[in-house]
Amino acid sequence: MTDLAVEAQGLVKKFGELRAVDGIDLQVHAGEVYGVLGPNGAGKTTTLSMLATLLRIDAGSARIFGVDVHHEPHKVRQLIGLTGQYASVDEKLTARENLVLFARIHGQRKQQARETAADLLERFGLTDAGDRLLEKFSGGMRRRLDLAASLISSPPLIFLDEPTTGLDPRTRGQMWDTIRDLVRQGSTILLTTQYLDEADQLADRIAVIDHGRKVAEGTSGELKASVGRSTLAVRLADPADMDAAARAVATVLGRPASRTPEAARLTVPLERADDAAEALIALRRSGISVQEVKVEEPTLDEVFLALTGSPASDEPDHASTGPAASGQLDEMEISR
Amino acid sequence: MTTLTAALPELRARVSPRETLRQILLMTGRALQKMRRNPEQFFDVTLQPLLFTPMFGYIFGGAVAGGVSKYLPLLIPGILVQTALTSCMATGVTLREDMEKGVFDRFKSLPMSRVAPLAGPAVADTVRYAIATTLTILVGLAMGYRPGGGVVGVVAAGLLVVVTAWSLSWVFTFLGTMMKSAQGLQGISMMVLFPLTFLSNAYVPASTLPDWLQAFVKVNPVSHVVSALRSLANHGTVNSEVGWALLACAIVVAVFVPLAVRGYRRQL
Ligand SMILES: Nc1ncnc2c1ncn2[C@@H]1O[C@H](COP(=O)(O)OP(=O)(O)O)[C@@H](O)[C@H]1O
Ligand SMILES: [Mg+2]
Repeated sequence: MTDLAVEAQGLVKKFGELRAVDGIDLQVHAGEVYGVLGPNGAGKTTTLSMLATLLRIDAGSARIFGVDVHHEPHKVRQLIGLTGQYASVDEKLTARENLVLFARIHGQRKQQARETAADLLERFGLTDAGDRLLEKFSGGMRRRLDLAASLISSPPLIFLDEPTTGLDPRTRGQMWDTIRDLVRQGSTILLTTQYLDEADQLADRIAVIDHGRKVAEGTSGELKASVGRSTLAVRLADPADMDAAARAVATVLGRPASRTPEAARLTVPLERADDAAEALIALRRSGISVQEVKVEEPTLDEVFLALTGSPASDEPDHASTGPAASGQLDEMEISR
Repeated sequence: MTTLTAALPELRARVSPRETLRQILLMTGRALQKMRRNPEQFFDVTLQPLLFTPMFGYIFGGAVAGGVSKYLPLLIPGILVQTALTSCMATGVTLREDMEKGVFDRFKSLPMSRVAPLAGPAVADTVRYAIATTLTILVGLAMGYRPGGGVVGVVAAGLLVVVTAWSLSWVFTFLGTMMKSAQGLQGISMMVLFPLTFLSNAYVPASTLPDWLQAFVKVNPVSHVVSALRSLANHGTVNSEVGWALLACAIVVAVFVPLAVRGYRRQL
């Protein structure tokens, strides 16, 4: 037996011409929370689906606790619990019926399955809603049920695909607490997210992926350190100066600046304290007035920007062509 | 790092036949539960017999057989087969729709038999086939159908219809695993079913057809099933057609169950 819960080498998945996953290596140690961070379309779900035996691996190999995913999928399925990005529960059944069905598929007898379902409903605060059809469930309740369903067999490895995307902040916080509970109980968790603060909050180690490739890996501290020790944040007096300000700062420091137009805010990682002075002088020279200046610890936003060289998105035109709701969301997240 | 690796469960290499059977029953239960909640699934199997039997009977009766009651022994088995075919097409379409839902991701990620999620709906749908069959026969009786095979013959015919529908549903289940969308599947299925039922002896005696058409009608498996049903229901006799029909069903099942399972695996 090995200490590695997940060991993947050179994973590739092609959809026609598109290499959705393009040679990803992953090593997740037993007992850790590993975060896969990337924007919409980066290949997170596809990677997870291959590891969870839902998608054929086109090239490379993956092992879960030493068991080969391609050659022994049935064994791998006994080691994992999957909470998909889109709730993988039956809409036409009640919460309780779902849990009982999955428990019985796992081989539990009727009575035992009923008890398992009751326990899980209790633990996830769904007892009152247990006998309602899922069609009437809120997004947060569905996610909790989905997670509950993944825990029926107490699998040693749990995959969580974007566990909080689309949830309101309060429900999101509850989900984080639930995930932390699982960690305390010793589960190994591989989670994906497009929220930088989520990876920061939950994951011991993080892989940043973009366009199907891993662009960086480390603890959130290491990733931040790799970018710069701190960040300069300025608030512009006139939001219309945003483009000019970003250009001026990028020219003098040789690094892109990330922007939050809604807040007229511009941030840039600092390698030396002198950089801050350089940047401010450059702004003054361009005649841009600054309302507020702060030097902050770097956030993962800057990490991401520095690693991928762009505010991450594989649809460069989606801001100009009237973005879909999800596109808008991740732009907001990336630039926050 | 932790002692988790020491606590790994004992891993089984495959699902045992016993577990497979148990899981098929579980998935059948799920399908029946959903059917109860969604009575729309019974519309086609209720309306078709209630509409088509009188419609065909009164329109074609005089022309084909010189009277409705003389036409019914010819027509009822034909309607039975047509209803069975369309309702087993619906089995495939419903499954295709179901497979697009998230819950199938869970089924795929669970250590469960690969045939169970396909076989469950197929088994549960025998209820629908039985309803369609019973209604068709009842409507026929109300219109004056007096089957010579008696109760035993009619029940045997009914069973043969259900068995045929169940077997053929595997063809549509297989197509369901191959097609990208439920609509696509529905379109293809109609194109297969329409000629298959009308270019058979289901509504008219084969002898009234031109030679070239007769040639096709004679090899059309639908014709054999219809003939088998006629001999069971109208005469209470088990002839070679019954044997052929059952053999054809067995072949369809033997070919399409493995194909459907393979198609389902390949979606992965
Ligand atoms: N079944 C599929 N067929 C074709 N393209 C796909 C399919 N699934 C995903 N893709 C494409 O692969 C890329 C990665 O998708 P995905 O893994 O879902 O990204 P993420 O989960 O990181 O948002 C995207 O460009 C997506 O459009
Ligand atoms: Mg995804």
